[in-house]
Amino acid sequence: MNALAAILIRDMRIAVRVGGGALIGVLFFLVVVTLVPFALGPDLSLLKRIGPAILWLAALLASLLALDRLFAADHEDGSLDLILTGRTPLELVVAAKGLAHWLTTGLPLIIAAPLIGLLLNLDAPAEAALVLTFLVGTPALTFIGLIGAALAVTLRRGGLLLAVLVLPLTVPVLIFGVAAANAAVLGPAPFGTPFTILGALTLASLVVGPFAAAAALRQEME
Amino acid sequence: MRLSASDLACRRGGREVFAGVGFSVAAGEALAVSGRNGSGKSSLLRMVVGLLRIASGRLALEGGDPELTIGEQAHYLGHQDALKPSLSVGENLRFWTEFLGGTAADFIQPLAAVGLDALADLPAAYLSAGQRRRLSIARLLAVKRPIWLLDEPASTLDLAAQRRLTELMRTHLAGGGLILAAAHGPIGLDDAKELRLDANPSRLAGGKP
Repeated sequence: MNALAAILIRDMRIAVRVGGGALIGVLFFLVVVTLVPFALGPDLSLLKRIGPAILWLAALLASLLALDRLFAADHEDGSLDLILTGRTPLELVVAAKGLAHWLTTGLPLIIAAPLIGLLLNLDAPAEAALVLTFLVGTPALTFIGLIGAALAVTLRRGGLLLAVLVLPLTVPVLIFGVAAANAAVLGPAPFGTPFTILGALTLASLVVGPFAAAAALRQEME
Repeated sequence: MRLSASDLACRRGGREVFAGVGFSVAAGEALAVSGRNGSGKSSLLRMVVGLLRIASGRLALEGGDPELTIGEQAHYLGHQDALKPSLSVGENLRFWTEFLGGTAADFIQPLAAVGLDALADLPAAYLSAGQRRRLSIARLLAVKRPIWLLDEPASTLDLAAQRRLTELMRTHLAGGGLILAAAHGPIGLDDAKELRLDANPSRLAGGKP
């Protein structure tokens, strides 16, 4: 447990220091969402209709930004060698790194979402529903992303490959996240059905992600 | 405790790096692995720690903890120092101490042992190559492991630090430890055994295997 806490604290420290990924993700999210009303013009009903989709897309792209360094940085400086040969199960280390990534990139998005939602003409109940879908759905983005980050670890410019690998896998999360948020904003479809499926997707990714990523890392160690 | 290998072979990228390598090191002994560039010194150490697959041959540890792999009972000091530039010297060592199974209090004394205690709050980005190497050596002192696998440990160290490293290695051997060190020059231990990887003349000449 001690070793996992150490990994979690170290990764969070690195993320919030200069050059870390935490601030970049949330700034990117804010910039993308801010640009949308400028591009579409002041059509309030249109913004309200597409608002949840814009926020979800921006969150998806923002959570990818810091992901390519997640294992690549540890690989380049030799830390990964020590982690691979350590006594702590690799799957748990990967999960701890995923948790640190979510706490530093997913959580700030959730905090920023209600503020930026105002720009897209979302009212209070809609924002509450959106925050709820973010809270349940963004861990899935991180833990699916772990797999791509592990596969791209030995590549010098892994960022692009990472996006190509990960984005298709996140489509279900995007569909049900936006569907749940839209149901709350526009009605009349029920909120519960897509929201439950979103929760199921997250739970599945929490289990599959660390095992798949650990297997990919072991494979690339050779 | 005895670490022994017989008839080890290593293949990388379809090419044979070495074959038929054997050694035996007991507690309190050191083995200096030497050879020209590309002869497989680093590969041999990575094989022992478990980072490279053993193509053929046998590697065994007698008298160790049967529940743990060799790598889990060893410290591996590779070419890279496994330091994060944005963390301070103290934070870096404290992380590895905790990750490798030590307690948080264990990291202060080793920092003094490698002469970096005055720099504990400095970000590791500002360290010189030799200071970085000393910081990663401190990791070996912070958590006790019987086997040390050192890949050219002295390559960036100044003379005083090299002598200090030799002292630390002697202390480790005297405490029943075991050292495998890859090096071009002498590692400073007079009674170290030696293993030359390019003893086979056909590979020495750079010929095809």
